[in-house]
Order: sequence, then structure tokens, then C-alpha cells
Amino acid sequence: MLYSDKVMDHFNNPRNVGVIDDADGVGEVGNPVCGDVMKITIKVENDVITDLKFQTLGCGAAIATSSIVTEMAKGMTIQDAVAVTKKQVAEELGGLPPAKMHCSVLATDGLKVAVDDYLKKNGREPIAGKILSEDPNFDPHGEEEEAPAAVTTAAAADACHLHE
Amino acid sequence: MSDATPRSIYLDYAATTPVDPRVVEVMLPFLTERFGNPNSLYALGRDAYRALEAARESFASSIGAANPAEVIFTGAGTEADNAAVLGIARAARARGKGDHIVVSSFEHHAILEPAHRLAKEGFEVTELKPREDGIVYAEDLAAVLRESTVLVSIMHANNELGTVMPIKELAAATHTVGAYFHTDAIQALGKVVWDAVDLDVDAASFSAHKLYGPKGVGVLYLKRGTPFEPLLIGGGQESKKRSATQNVGGATAFARALEIMDQERETENARLIALRDKVIDGVLKMPNTALNGGRDVPRLPGTANLVIKGVEGEAMLLQLDNKGIAVSTGSACSSGSLEPSHVLLSIGLAPEIAHGSLRVTVGRFTTEEDVDYLLEVLPPIIERLRAMSPVYAKMFGATA
Repeated sequence: MLYSDKVMDHFNNPRNVGVIDDADGVGEVGNPVCGDVMKITIKVENDVITDLKFQTLGCGAAIATSSIVTEMAKGMTIQDAVAVTKKQVAEELGGLPPAKMHCSVLATDGLKVAVDDYLKKNGREPIAGKILSEDPNFDPHGEEEEAPAAVTTAAAADACHLHE
Repeated sequence: MSDATPRSIYLDYAATTPVDPRVVEVMLPFLTERFGNPNSLYALGRDAYRALEAARESFASSIGAANPAEVIFTGAGTEADNAAVLGIARAARARGKGDHIVVSSFEHHAILEPAHRLAKEGFEVTELKPREDGIVYAEDLAAVLRESTVLVSIMHANNELGTVMPIKELAAATHTVGAYFHTDAIQALGKVVWDAVDLDVDAASFSAHKLYGPKGVGVLYLKRGTPFEPLLIGGGQESKKRSATQNVGGATAFARALEIMDQERETENARLIALRDKVIDGVLKMPNTALNGGRDVPRLPGTANLVIKGVEGEAMLLQLDNKGIAVSTGSACSSGSLEPSHVLLSIGLAPEIAHGSLRVTVGRFTTEEDVDYLLEVLPPIIERLRAMSPVYAKMFGATA
């Protein structure tokens, strides 16, 4: 399984690693049982994401997708941020092996959860829609829905079936 | 990624090994001049036949088989495993001996998959768990044996942990209920003393590329009288037990590779144990690390399987690869499925711990400098990954 040069670059030199202490929104997704955990912290001004930092436990693709998502989302409105798809993340990285596509879902989900957390903290409605990686039936290799569907839940179930 | 990697250090001998130059030497002529089909009547064929039988006798002698005909050359260790499990169980059932089989739950997939196929064919399959020290004990096996048991298959040495099973006791327990005992000895051959009669096994699988022989060559040891239906049928070679034109060069290579292992074992094992223990001790010096499997149980001389808490295996692998070091991991990300190593789960490791496992195996061409270099570059890699890990901070408070 070959990673692209860009994936390896982001894996070896990840951007925006760390934690924003006074973050406006925090997103934590994934599960150590599955071997993939990501925590994203964001600063938001006038509904524009001004800064992001991430921490990730995971493989090369997990780290690379986390890194590139923080680069992609900097300067985005929160609406644009929650619309970023796993396909776009994979494309930004020059492609991902099919088995690793689920890692890019984790990155986009982390961003969504962070944005909704920011909105919740400000007494506003969430906009991110379904958090795909929380659905036990979610197929990481399937197509992503274009429009956000139902409101998110904080369910613990996720895709790897190790904790029934 | 930079091509200017400083050195090339191979520490994954359990995965495969380079072919020893002395083995290449005996194998080459069979590719060019002595290329005959051993089943042909003319001189070139007779020469190949004699070479094949010489290899068979040599191999049989090395493993203590009572009769060279009990050595069947195959195209892989996996093939020998498949043939043994499917062939013995089906034949025994056909003779009315029963329909229950036992395998350990940390067998290689080359044993587990055939066992699952037998379950689909109506066999009852018990997967026996090893204990936390990575050993399958005879008393635990005895507790699951039945009168209807026809086959027990338990690996001699586990490929991930390096722990070595008490095969003689396991075979003896198996025989008390009249069942047949097979062992996947692929990792063990050459590294431990192996005598078929002393161990009293009915069948065993071996693979050349684990002991400095070529890939594509295996052996099934099948004791005379063991019920068996062949996997490969056709021209009837290998006494009708494995049809195909035999790989004379491969068989010769395997016999030579094993001969070298036997000759050098004593000194080589001592050397490997020292290198292995240096790796283990060096890693255990780092905080929040552990050895998988018991420290004091019988072990292969070169295998060390370690847990590095709070980091993920594939990430470690890639970082080590950047430094020119090749090792292996039990993490799910590197396995293609989303599940971590079934071996580590079977000895009771939590999945999140299994994801952070590293297997280092030293071998014939490993030097002390290689080990020193690994121990030099690993701690900064671990520190960096732990600093990036949201889980490590939660688990242990601070970064390493």
C-alpha cells in the first residue's frame, strides 16, 4: 500500500499540531479501541475559523488527513467547513489507498463536531448534520451524502465493531 | 519521501528472510542445467529425481522422520497447513472417527481459515485460547478434547509473540482420545531442536523462506498411517499426496537451509538471544511499555513483541521506515481490516493496547550496531508520536 508523497509529507511534517487552550470549539472523534482518535480545537471569529490545532492517535493516513484538514479549514466559514467531504480531503492529499478512506472521514467529522460544539457553546443550533463515523452501519468506502441530514447525537458507537 | 535513507536495517526476520548465499549456490544449477522433470525417464529426469530424493532424505533426517516418504514437498507453508487441516480432518471423518477439531485461537490464518471452512462442512470447531503468557497448556487442551475429536492443530511457536508451545505434551494429550495432532512449525523449525518421533506428532508444516531458503517451498510432514485426503490432485506426485511437478531446486535449497540451521543453531541462538534481549530491555526502559507474552516462558531466540502505549503501530512503522528500519506491528491500520492482531487479542490484550504493538525480529545478518541504532532512533519517534496523541495525555498525564 503506497502513500502519496503529499500524504508522507503531512505525516512527517504535520501542520498545526497541538491544542488551543481557550478554544471556541472542540471536536473529539474516534475511539482508541479502533486505533484512531482525533481531537481538533478551533478559534472562530464572526463565524470564520481563524485557527485550528489537532492531536491524533492513528496511522499515517490519520495523521496526514488531520493535518491537511486544519490547513484546508483555516479561513473558511463554519458553513463551508462542515461541508468538506472525505473525497476532497483525499484529493488534497493526492489520493488515499481505499482501505484508508475511513481516516479522512475521521478528519472531516472532527471538524464538524468542533463547529457544532462552538455553535452549542453560543446557544445556537448545530449545522453539521450526521456524524458519519458514529453510525455503526457506516461504510467508510461508500459515497458521502451531499447535504447534512439529521441532527447529530453524541453516540459512542462507531465503525469498527470492537466494542459490542 | 527521501531516497537518501541513512542505512537499511532489516528487523522483520519473522516475516521473511533473505536466501543465504550457500543456499542460492545449491539451488541455481536446477534452474539452468539440471532442469529435468523428476518424473521423466531419461537421464536428465533421473538426475532430477535423484536430487529430489537426496533432498528428501536429508530433510527427513534433519527432522527425525522415521521414513523419507513422510516428507512431502509443497509450494508454501500455507499450502502444508491447508493440506494438513483439511486433508486429515476430512479423511478421518470419512473413516467414521468423528467430526470435532481443535485449533488454538492464535493460529496463523493459514490454519484458522481451513478450520472455518471445515465448520461450514459441518465439523465442530473449538478454538482454544492460550493463557496470558502466550502458551497453550496441555491441561487446557485436555479439557476440550472429546471422543469425537479427530484433529488438533496447535502451532509450535507463535509467529507474533515468539512463545514456544509444549508440543510433546499437547500431542500426548491429543492421542489419549485417539485424535491426530498437527503442528504448524513454520516459525520453530531450525530454531528449536525438532524431532518428529520424539515429539510424536502426526503431521507438521514447514516453510523454507523463514530459514534463509527461497519463497515458494514448503514441507508437509505426514506420519505413516495418518488419514489424509490430498489437496492437490493430478499427476500423483509425492506418493499421490501432492500432485505437481516437483520444485527440485527448491527442495534442495530447503534441505540445505535446514542443514545450515542445525549446524549453526547453538552459537547462533546464543547470539540472537543476546540481541533480542537488548531490544527488549532497551524498549522497556521507556515509560509505559511492556513485553507481550511471559518473559520467562520458552521463546524463540529472535522475536520480541512489545507494546508502546498511547501510540499507533503503523505510524511507528512509517517513522522507523524513514530511518531505514523495517519492523512489524499488530495494529489494525496495517492489517487491511479494522481489527488489530487476533494473536494479541487472544492473550487478553485490550484492542487499544494491541494497536500500539511492535514486533522486532533479529536474524542471521543482524549486527549489534543494528540494534543500537534502533534503540537510538526509537525513543524520539515515540516521544513525538506521544506528544501528538490525545489519548496518551489522557492515559498518563504527561508526554514521555
